[in-house]
Amino acid sequence: MSEKKQIRLKTLVSKEAIDEIEHWRSKYPAERKRPPIIAALKVVQAENGNSLNDDLMMALADYLDVPHIAVFEVATFYTMFHLKPVGEHVISVCTNLSCMMCGSKSIVEHLEKRLKISLGETTHDGRFTLKEVECMAACAGAPMLEVSETYHENLTFEKVDSILEELGLEVAHGE
Amino acid sequence: MGIVHIEIDGVALEAETGSMIIEVADEAGMHIPRFCYHKKLSVAANCRMCLVDVSNAPKALPACATPVAEGMKVFTQSTKARIAQKAVMEFLLINHPLDCPICDQGGECELQDVAMGFGNDISRFTEGKRVVKDKNIGPLIQTDMTRCIHCTRCVRFGTEVVGMREMGATGRGEHMEIGTYIEKSIESEVSGNIIDLCPVGALTAKPSLFRARAWEMQSSPSIAPHDCLGTNIDIHHRRGEVIRVVPRENESINEVWISDRDRFSYQALNESKRLTQPKIKKNDRWEECDWETALTFLVDNLSAIKIEHGPDAIGALASPSCTLEEFYLLQKLMRGIGTNNIDHRLRQVDFSVQYEDPIYPGMEFSIDKLEDMDATFLVGADLRREQPLLAFRLRKSTRYGRVMAVQCLETHDNYRVSPEIRVSSGELVGELQGIVAALIEQSSEPVSAKLTELFESVTPSDDQRTIASELRINENACVIVGQTALEHTHSGHIRWLARQVSELSRAEYGELTHGANTAGAYIAGALPHRLPAAEESNVCGWNTQQMLQKGLTGYLLCHTEPELDSSYRDAARASLLKSQFVACLTPFADGEFNDYANVLLPVAAFSETSGTFVNVCGEWQSFSAAVGAKGEARPAWKVLRVLGNLFEIEGFDYTSSLEIKNTVADKYNSTTSARVGHLSMPEQLESGGEIPKPLSIYDIDSITRRAQCLQQTVYGLTNWRRDQIKRLSENPTALSEASGTKESVDV
Repeated sequence: MSEKKQIRLKTLVSKEAIDEIEHWRSKYPAERKRPPIIAALKVVQAENGNSLNDDLMMALADYLDVPHIAVFEVATFYTMFHLKPVGEHVISVCTNLSCMMCGSKSIVEHLEKRLKISLGETTHDGRFTLKEVECMAACAGAPMLEVSETYHENLTFEKVDSILEELGLEVAHGE
Repeated sequence: MGIVHIEIDGVALEAETGSMIIEVADEAGMHIPRFCYHKKLSVAANCRMCLVDVSNAPKALPACATPVAEGMKVFTQSTKARIAQKAVMEFLLINHPLDCPICDQGGECELQDVAMGFGNDISRFTEGKRVVKDKNIGPLIQTDMTRCIHCTRCVRFGTEVVGMREMGATGRGEHMEIGTYIEKSIESEVSGNIIDLCPVGALTAKPSLFRARAWEMQSSPSIAPHDCLGTNIDIHHRRGEVIRVVPRENESINEVWISDRDRFSYQALNESKRLTQPKIKKNDRWEECDWETALTFLVDNLSAIKIEHGPDAIGALASPSCTLEEFYLLQKLMRGIGTNNIDHRLRQVDFSVQYEDPIYPGMEFSIDKLEDMDATFLVGADLRREQPLLAFRLRKSTRYGRVMAVQCLETHDNYRVSPEIRVSSGELVGELQGIVAALIEQSSEPVSAKLTELFESVTPSDDQRTIASELRINENACVIVGQTALEHTHSGHIRWLARQVSELSRAEYGELTHGANTAGAYIAGALPHRLPAAEESNVCGWNTQQMLQKGLTGYLLCHTEPELDSSYRDAARASLLKSQFVACLTPFADGEFNDYANVLLPVAAFSETSGTFVNVCGEWQSFSAAVGAKGEARPAWKVLRVLGNLFEIEGFDYTSSLEIKNTVADKYNSTTSARVGHLSMPEQLESGGEIPKPLSIYDIDSITRRAQCLQQTVYGLTNWRRDQIKRLSENPTALSEASGTKESVDV
């Protein structure tokens, strides 16, 4: 891998971000190049307005000296990585087994109605993105959603409304 | 390794500890269904098709990932096993489109076969099946990813065998897809192997797409004609046309693999313009004619030249990928005419030590031994470009071993090379001197005074010392001289130095030769200074360099286009145009030879003739014709035989290629010349020197050059030249230094 390719990431993200990637990298043996991918992707995503793109992922792969596909595999597997630009608040609703059995489908429908978007879309004002995610290990509190790294469990329509209200959405009650 | 006793379906078997149930069953000829397991790849155990019933285990276990244990009883067909296998089959078929009638894999599909045995007649799945968008991964491989069952064989092949991870599994669960994620062409030069590995029709060969059904084709064993390994192949053909080429398993040569060059080059024989009728040039116009006219024309003209200018005004050049039989008859013909002007060493530049060559140059150890090497030292060898399958072996050796190299061209190795010394072509000789000096310095035994004296003034560098000591310390060590080094203007010195390195460190020695049959050419005597079986010729004829640079009056070209194949491209072009008469034995109709040739004789290509290739280790591999030659074309050995008769030379009454081979074999077996060449010590060591412009891996002979699908890949001519120009613009000095020529890119 040429030096030149490795340098490219430095032109795309801040020095602080590079330092943080290096911090994670230093935790693993030098010949183990793949373990820091998740941490590094989080850093890069945060730098890029909470989303990733192909170019950034390839630059990161070159920087870590791993094949491009190794980064793509990780980024597409974990739902916390956003491959398209997202809104200010990403509402991640679990639709995996336990949540599904506890009614996540109606929670999703309720959210779609309130936000006036479908699953996977972002509101026009760019404030909310509604995303379907896989199990987040909170089955005991199903159905659940996560927003801004906070878990909200045992959801009901009322609870969803109050979360949305907290996030600044004007909810017209009694609809 | 200990031995354990196990029982599979009531049959008592012995197995090595650590082996998996499926390996033991395979060895005993018992069939366990599988998709993801492949003997050459790591165990993934993700398809679950090989579930078997193991005594004392509550659930069925995957046979590919369950190691054998003493007293283990395995049932592959018990109720428990059957239920498990059927259930897995049903799951695998859920998302499979079952479009067998329009699938190229149909008839040779592992999924189809296993579904016959383990599938239900009726699907219980009534929901919609998932559809995956096809990806364009280049001109060689057709994808239909909806058919993919996620066995990950292609992914593991890239990661483990090639060392280039291009394919991967992106997405998760229901959304998982195999592919490259961003649309790109697969760049590996051995990518075609994933076609064979794919158990379903997700990855199929693009050049033979929808051309034939598996059951319509006949298969003929043959030998690949592009590199010195002698890869074993099967040619699949239907109604006299080659449909595709696949590898034939030979553990000691190509294992189960094949390079893309060997797999897809047949396309040139089907789709480029073939010469189907002899042609002669009269008043600067080509006229088709019958064989008799063409051959008489050739004989008359060469005889006239012989009378007017003497026999030494005539010379023959042959591709290093001709068969042993063609080489033998060609040299016999030339010597019958009265000249020793015959050569096959098209890329060689330094002929100074030709008398000291061994019977044939090559590897002095077997191909499979390379993977057990603890230390390998490469001298100007880009294995991936020259012998792609040898790079697999070397990569395997790096699990425990170490690869070191001195390179003067840019290489893209898929294994760790350390130390890797990059030098300009002028510094190559000096670098090797340093290593020899280091070995003399480290040697515990006395080294001859003469040798010590020669290297007295050389002080080795740290890297040179490391290479020397690694080769010396390790028992399994080898020195490999590659094509770049053999094309060097001081290749004689390089070979002598490399030989000193090998002798002083007691490492094995090998030279990787050009074409499929350089060894055969040496044995058959297609050399200006040697008769068959290395018998010294009284008179030394002209070599390639002399023939092409000084120029001859008459040329006979066999399967070669010297203006492209040789190291003397421009000189060759000029000499051929200037000459009075050129006869070409070629399978192709268009090429530059239309400008300089006077007669074109259509001859059979590798799939259409019988013959013998001698590989780099000296293994003789004979093959017969898979299909008939096109039109009026004839195997070259038959054409040469008739020419011998027309020139009224004795001993040209062979009726089969086998007879010719036996003649050569008898001579070879009765020879006393030593297998190992003894290059004598040079008076003084020169430095400097250069190498000719490197060729793209798909520009090495007239067949690969015409295979369109290969030319569309990243190594194809257009892309390759563009790449060279790009690198030149980025770093103007690098390329001219690396290639050692001033005008570096042939645009």
